[in-house]
Amino acid sequence: MAALVVDQLVVRYGQLTAVDRISLAAEAGTVLALLGPNGAGKTTTVESLEGYRRPTAGTVRVLGLDPVSDRAKVVPRIGVMLQRGGVYPTMPAGSVLRLFASYYADPLPPDHLLDRLDLGRVAGTPWRRLSGGEQQRLSLALALVGRPEVAFLDEPSAGMDPAARRVLWEVIRELRDDGVAVLLTTHDLDEAERLADHVVIIDGGRVVAEGSPAVLARSGGGAEIRFGGPTGLDMAAIGRAVGGAVVEERPGEYLVAAPATPANLARLTTWLAEQDVAVADIRAGRQRLEDVFLRLTGQPSAAEADRAPRSERRGRRRRGRGPGGTA
Amino acid sequence: MRAFRAQARTEVLMTLRNGEALLLALGIPVLLLVFFSTVEVLPTPAEVVEPVDFLAPGILALAIMSTGLTSLAIATGFQRGYGVLKRLGTTPLSRPGLLAAKIASVLAVELVQVAVLVPVAVALGWRPSGAVGAALGAVLLGTVAFSGLGLLMAGALKPELTLALANGLYLVLLLLGGMVVPLTSLPGPLRAVAQALPAAALSDALRASIGIGTAVPTRAWIVLALWALATPLAAARTFRWE
Repeated sequence: MAALVVDQLVVRYGQLTAVDRISLAAEAGTVLALLGPNGAGKTTTVESLEGYRRPTAGTVRVLGLDPVSDRAKVVPRIGVMLQRGGVYPTMPAGSVLRLFASYYADPLPPDHLLDRLDLGRVAGTPWRRLSGGEQQRLSLALALVGRPEVAFLDEPSAGMDPAARRVLWEVIRELRDDGVAVLLTTHDLDEAERLADHVVIIDGGRVVAEGSPAVLARSGGGAEIRFGGPTGLDMAAIGRAVGGAVVEERPGEYLVAAPATPANLARLTTWLAEQDVAVADIRAGRQRLEDVFLRLTGQPSAAEADRAPRSERRGRRRRGRGPGGTA
Repeated sequence: MRAFRAQARTEVLMTLRNGEALLLALGIPVLLLVFFSTVEVLPTPAEVVEPVDFLAPGILALAIMSTGLTSLAIATGFQRGYGVLKRLGTTPLSRPGLLAAKIASVLAVELVQVAVLVPVAVALGWRPSGAVGAALGAVLLGTVAFSGLGLLMAGALKPELTLALANGLYLVLLLLGGMVVPLTSLPGPLRAVAQALPAAALSDALRASIGIGTAVPTRAWIVLALWALATPLAAARTFRWE
């Protein structure tokens, strides 16, 4: 039995259809990453599983139970990390965690959990004086203190510095190894690529692609080569050397529209060597999850959003539905 | 049970550690009691000899109101605004469990208030009379009525609006509740309105039972019981957790 199942879920708010026939599933001991631009329906889907929303149509099951009608049986077995807030602002971090521990029959020792998440120093600090990353780690602790079988983590790494993010990733891997099913929503595609066993990309309330990160990354086909280097390279010259059009997608990020064959790669590297260009990286055939996400949703991820002007993003929206779409 | 105890303890501690809540629960009642008992500026009904005999039951009613209505409304409104109530929705602390913890917390704070206010009133010369059972019944009904009203506001309005309304209502009910100003001093139509409110009913009931030592007027019981029935029902129907 899958730890969580969403089958043809539809959620409407009045006229707005937030989720339109989404299906997904996750087994115990796996990490499922739910990706999508803002407003894609990620949080609505997760909140349906958490029992906050009643499906308009379709079913959701957590550990085989209906999270709304079997709430009392479900909540002791799940852990939830909300996107924001949910904590008494004046209450010290340690007290909040001990209070939440008291809700569960067999909680983790709160002090161990504080140390594990590097919160021991701020145990006496009220929630409102914690940094964004500390608040996120405390929210994670609150989700985990009851030894959940299913963990719902809604954008857990938002506001975390790189060190905190590494701790988060370690903890998520430990959860998976302990047999916990983890449902993760994230804007950080690098995070999804590193952690997820299965990735579901949704947009406009529908699944547009799914698979393991490796399978998704291959799904784009191999008819292109990407490389990073200095800005302002002579693209016409590269195009003549390799035999395909070259565009500078973003400053210092080049896309060569030529099959990723060894011969084409050799031509490219030869040209780069002759010009003595400092190359940052070369990617052939296999795309990063970032590229797949961009192509499917027409939206840059959070990391890129600052760079791309709004009009450009809108122009790219909805270009082509990807493989694996169930819509 | 462990969850209920921990939650109730947390709610009590948050009230007693919160400066504004403490001012409302103890500071203002003690101040009013001491000031108006020693400075005779307020009218007192003819049958009352010492002002403190009139004030003490009224101030106890005010204390019950400040905790059941104002403190509970503000605290719950902000818990809802901060997403605390939503967050609790996915923990094993059930909604009835949370409500029970809040009721226990209100009653515990009221105990503290009584433990402070009664000795102060006695020190000022108050001699309480004996009908403690009737007084307890009135306090329980009043607590339910005010708490229901507090939760009705907290569950439907924005926290800032709840804060403003709860404080405004506190002042209006203080003036119309027969707590420091006798109802007999109010103009006729206003007195009629005041008599239908739970504040005046509670202070009348307390003044009769532990003040003068007479039977609690039937009208006070009816008004208290109706409010105690109506406000929790209305709150239960309209309360939104997010």
